Amino acid sequence: MWDYTEKVKDHFLNPRNVGEIENPDGVGEVGSLACGDALRLTFKLDENKRIKDVKFKTFGCASAIASSSALTEIIKGMTLEEAEKVTNKDIADYLGGLPEEKMHCSVMGREALEAAIAHYRGQKPVKEDFEIVCKCFGVTDREIIKAVRENDLKTVDQVTYYTKAGGGCGQCHPKIEAIIEKVRKEMEKEAPPRKLEKKRLTNLQRIKLIEETLGREIIPALKADGGDLDLIDVEGNKVLVALRGKCSFCPSSGFTLKQYVETKLREFVSDDIEVEEVRP
Amino acid sequence: MKTVYVDNNATTKVAPEVLEAMLPYFSELYGNPSSMHFFGGQVQKKMDEARAKVADFLGADPSEIVFTSCGTESDNAAILGTLDSYPEKRHFITTRVEHPAVGNVCSYLGRKGYRVTELSVDREGRLDLDELREAITEDTALVSIMYANNETGVIFPIEEIGEIVKEKGIPFHTDAVQAAGKIPLNMKKSTVDMLSISGHKLHAPKGIGVLYIRKGTRFSPFMIGGHQERGRRGGTENVPYIIGLGKACELAKMHLDEENTRVKALRDYLEEKILEKIPNTLVNGDRVNRLPNTLSVSFEYVEGESILLLLSDLGICASSGSACTSGSLEPSHVLRAMGVPFTAAHGSIRFSLSIYNTKEEMDYIIEHLPPIIQKLRDISPFWKDYLRSQGRG
Repeated sequence: MWDYTEKVKDHFLNPRNVGEIENPDGVGEVGSLACGDALRLTFKLDENKRIKDVKFKTFGCASAIASSSALTEIIKGMTLEEAEKVTNKDIADYLGGLPEEKMHCSVMGREALEAAIAHYRGQKPVKEDFEIVCKCFGVTDREIIKAVRENDLKTVDQVTYYTKAGGGCGQCHPKIEAIIEKVRKEMEKEAPPRKLEKKRLTNLQRIKLIEETLGREIIPALKADGGDLDLIDVEGNKVLVALRGKCSFCPSSGFTLKQYVETKLREFVSDDIEVEEVRP
Repeated sequence: MKTVYVDNNATTKVAPEVLEAMLPYFSELYGNPSSMHFFGGQVQKKMDEARAKVADFLGADPSEIVFTSCGTESDNAAILGTLDSYPEKRHFITTRVEHPAVGNVCSYLGRKGYRVTELSVDREGRLDLDELREAITEDTALVSIMYANNETGVIFPIEEIGEIVKEKGIPFHTDAVQAAGKIPLNMKKSTVDMLSISGHKLHAPKGIGVLYIRKGTRFSPFMIGGHQERGRRGGTENVPYIIGLGKACELAKMHLDEENTRVKALRDYLEEKILEKIPNTLVNGDRVNRLPNTLSVSFEYVEGESILLLLSDLGICASSGSACTSGSLEPSHVLRAMGVPFTAAHGSIRFSLSIYNTKEEMDYIIEHLPPIIQKLRDISPFWKDYLRSQGRG
């Protein structure tokens, strides 16, 4: 049995805004009988271009019905510009979460909304311009890319849970994997370099923090390889250490020091730290 | 809330008589049947009696009964144990509608380099025996075909199949997990070499199964260990459960008539009323050759998980072949193999009865199911489209 939240159960047993609006301003239809779920979303705007009324009809499981119901509650009263920003995660969050395997239900909600807004604006359904990756469920690369970006997905299974892509014959798994890799590379590039705000430290605080970091982050890892390290002195941003145990005669100790100890100390103490080895 | 349990192909209630028979073997009678002393010996004696009851139920000799931990183990042992005995043969025949305990073993064998033939079924879930005849080759090591389907209840003509298979001298295994206790089985007059059954489908507890192995059948043990089960399945015997299964088989033999009269009548009543009260409903599978307790129905334009949860909210426990109930995205492989259209496959519900069900319970379902289907059809975008297409929108 699925572990549905009380909110999912409530929206499934008592769905809000069921039906179809006569002469709607926007209609969005996604899914199909073959896929096992489908959603038809209709909305009407008021004079201020806000969503005055919105109704849904859904064929699908409990979480599909609950996600549709939640979506209508979320967007009622929004402008289309606001509604456009609603993500599948917002829908899932509104319901107190969905089982991961069921996240595609929230994605279906977001897609129907997108389609309905495009319909209102007289745009063509976006699906046509893109390549269908999963032929079993008719999922495009665009949908997969969007799900990966918005939900920080890492595996093919996750993409299946969120978009259904890859849930049928499985032939498209290599393609999905390639898309994940490409998108994640792009995401890494775009992400602003992580800049940790570090407080200005007094000398004493700095030494204390260095000691703590060595003890917590660095020495245990060295010990695991039979090595050890002693803190000899701190001169401004220069940290003098001596290697012990196996580290003291390890040919890669130069690498150990520079790459490992310095990175850690820069991460936890200060960006300008330089590590120097003192020969005993 | 009252519970109406109509999911007996999933599992059954342990019969009170079975539980009672088992209890002493958890407490005072804890001896190991293999021990030399009287304390183990008395347990050995009772275990032999239980084996005899199981054998009697299957029309077999007690020496042909091997106790296992479940139906899945029986299937795995039969298939892998036979293939191991015929290492030179690399072909295996089964059907597209097997339980995963056989189906996924096939996928595994496929990956190991075996050639696997999966026989297809028609719209009613029936096999084409000519396809079987054509599939058999010199290289065929084993044919494994289920006795009755767990989702639709469709019964395969196992003896006819067995004759075709045995004519070629090929070992024949059948997964009879759903058939046992619902239709008569008699190994004395059968062509079957190996047959799997599971305790918890016939009112014994979960965790006990049987593999019947006809005398003279080549078989390598799957579970390697001690000398138990005549060297065919190592591991200290699960004594309380074996005693329980003995009792359950004794009861099942006694209740076989009732299954095929009273239980069948309840199922037919439920089927008739559902078809009468709910439009656009169809029965999945051959209605003639079908287990007396099973009813698989599809409600068009609605989805199975939603139906199940609304039923569950009223205490009614059934199951579905819909995609969403399993966590997979496609509807049951059985309904797909039968070519049930998507309009219906996603909305399939299985009711499976037992001797513990009553007419009142059927009436309770018949009262509550129609409004549930109507409610979901009112939410479904396809129902109105359908009515419109019929000129009724």
